[in-house]
Amino acid sequence: MGLPATTAALEPGPAEGNAVVLRLSGRLDAYSVGPLWNAALAALDSRASVPLIVDAAGVDYCDGAGVALLVNLMRRPRATGAQVSVRNLRSPFDRLLQQFDPRSFAARGPPPAVHEPLAERVGELGAGILGEGYQRIAFVGESAAAVVETLANPLRIRRYDAVLIAQRLGADALPIVLLIGFLIGVILAFQTAVAIRQFGADLFVADIVALGVLRELGPLMTAIILAGRSGSAFAAEIGTMKVNEEIDALITMGLSPVRFLVVPRLIAGFLLCPLLTAIADLMGLLGGAAVMQTYGIPLVTYFQQVQTMVSEADLFGGIVKAFAFGMLVAWVGCLQGLKTGQGPSAVGLSTTRAVVGSIILLVAADSVFAFVYNVLGI
Amino acid sequence: MAQPIIRVERLTIGYGTRALLTDMSFEVQRGEVFAILGGSGSGKSTLLKHMIGLFRPLAGHIWLDGIDIAAAEGVMRLSALRRIGVAYQSGALFGSMTLAQNVRLALEEYTDLPDEAMDLIARMKLDLVGLKDFAESLPAEVSGGMQKRAAIARAMALDPAILFLDEPSAGLDPVTSAGLDQLILRLKRGLGVTFVVVTHELPSIFTIADRVIMLDRSARGIVAEGRPQDLRDRSDNPVVRQFFNRQAGALETA
Repeated sequence: MGLPATTAALEPGPAEGNAVVLRLSGRLDAYSVGPLWNAALAALDSRASVPLIVDAAGVDYCDGAGVALLVNLMRRPRATGAQVSVRNLRSPFDRLLQQFDPRSFAARGPPPAVHEPLAERVGELGAGILGEGYQRIAFVGESAAAVVETLANPLRIRRYDAVLIAQRLGADALPIVLLIGFLIGVILAFQTAVAIRQFGADLFVADIVALGVLRELGPLMTAIILAGRSGSAFAAEIGTMKVNEEIDALITMGLSPVRFLVVPRLIAGFLLCPLLTAIADLMGLLGGAAVMQTYGIPLVTYFQQVQTMVSEADLFGGIVKAFAFGMLVAWVGCLQGLKTGQGPSAVGLSTTRAVVGSIILLVAADSVFAFVYNVLGI
Repeated sequence: MAQPIIRVERLTIGYGTRALLTDMSFEVQRGEVFAILGGSGSGKSTLLKHMIGLFRPLAGHIWLDGIDIAAAEGVMRLSALRRIGVAYQSGALFGSMTLAQNVRLALEEYTDLPDEAMDLIARMKLDLVGLKDFAESLPAEVSGGMQKRAAIARAMALDPAILFLDEPSAGLDPVTSAGLDQLILRLKRGLGVTFVVVTHELPSIFTIADRVIMLDRSARGIVAEGRPQDLRDRSDNPVVRQFFNRQAGALETA
């Protein structure tokens, strides 16, 4: 069932002298006023030069919306001698209308357009980008200095916090890394097998899986998992602390939030991302092996093929990338957390920025690695 | 007169380049409870955040026990920060640590005290605010009033000369709030700590404050300074009169 039907009506009444009378009747509430709104305005505008009397004798209920309808009629600027008046509105509703001074609601035009010259806007944008860049560079420097200071003085690390962070970033991510790593191997094997089997070169699927996983997909997928799991968590944790004034509290206690919050996270990302990557690599190879089994290639043959194809450079090239990726993800998460603004939506915004920002940076960093490895001939 | 513990000199503060409050000067004497009053949005919390060195002022000086926190860097800044304690509006306790660990944090970072000593000191500070039995609770496990008291205990960990309290009674029921006032008076008498309190709670102002300043945004600065009773009884400033007449008029003219 819907809301009870409410009706209200607006009709012209007999003219009184030169004044026009409009009769309102029925129930004026938020549901019935809508259809009347424009009709009432049209009636008002079509008789711009004569006084208008709104006779509300037939109104048996009137709430805030009804009063708004009346105020809307009375607030319009009119020629002198052509004012709008309301009469016969019954007592409790009349008091409601008296609460408001229609002239104080005088219809306002659109806000004056603030015209900013193009140059000014470009300049502002440029200054914003420069400021942002400066902030980032300063943060790189500050966190690097804090890492060095901590390494020089390892006893000052808050051990309990560091272990907890490492556990959340590393151990807790293990199941998902195992699963994704395995599936990546499976997918890669299936997709390449379709094409390669046409040439009867089934065995070379092993090469593609091994190279693809070790060099690219292992480190990249692991880092993306970390960005989604831990980068976002870092931004949310630190962002919430910022909103709760806990960061301010640290600063006024003379403790550096970077040393306190960022350094353990950076170290955790730096140390654990390669470890997780190695596990993802292994699982990827197993996934490839499982697919090859179904094509009738025995495990021994598969791994022999992998061994002849893959060099240490492929494996360690991927692992080296993982060190950088882990640090990057942790760094972006912490930066966005510390940059969190005020208000309840700020933390959500930082979290999104952390994930999106780290994925963009990961892919960018990966292409730099690809270029460097290419030049180095790895 | 004795040397004031805080001297604020021609201070102008604001956001970006827009000045919010201009040309403020006042002094806080050692051992008094000094309250910063003003309506919502008058900039009292912003002034406090400048006084504790979180924000840099646009102009002027804030001498905390002889160090200008507005200009100090590095070691000087740290040594100024070591003389103050701050209890934030929300408590701002570290959520992953127990109340005792919150209090211990500054001790762990700044002193070489043995573990046992830090434990005892943390429990003693919590005892001062009546929370000895909650030392092992996490902040989320105790009430809002207890969190604020724990925040005061944490702020006192290193026995600062000045304690800054940002709206200590905001969001508390009248009984808890009165208890907090008694706590402030007890600490002032017992430990000789100087308090700077941001508040707009009338009962609490008359109970605890020795002197107050009143901020007003439209006047862009301090509109009155003195003992709260004197301001209430003698001030002819309309903003002050409105504030002390149960603040009723403020809404009408806003």
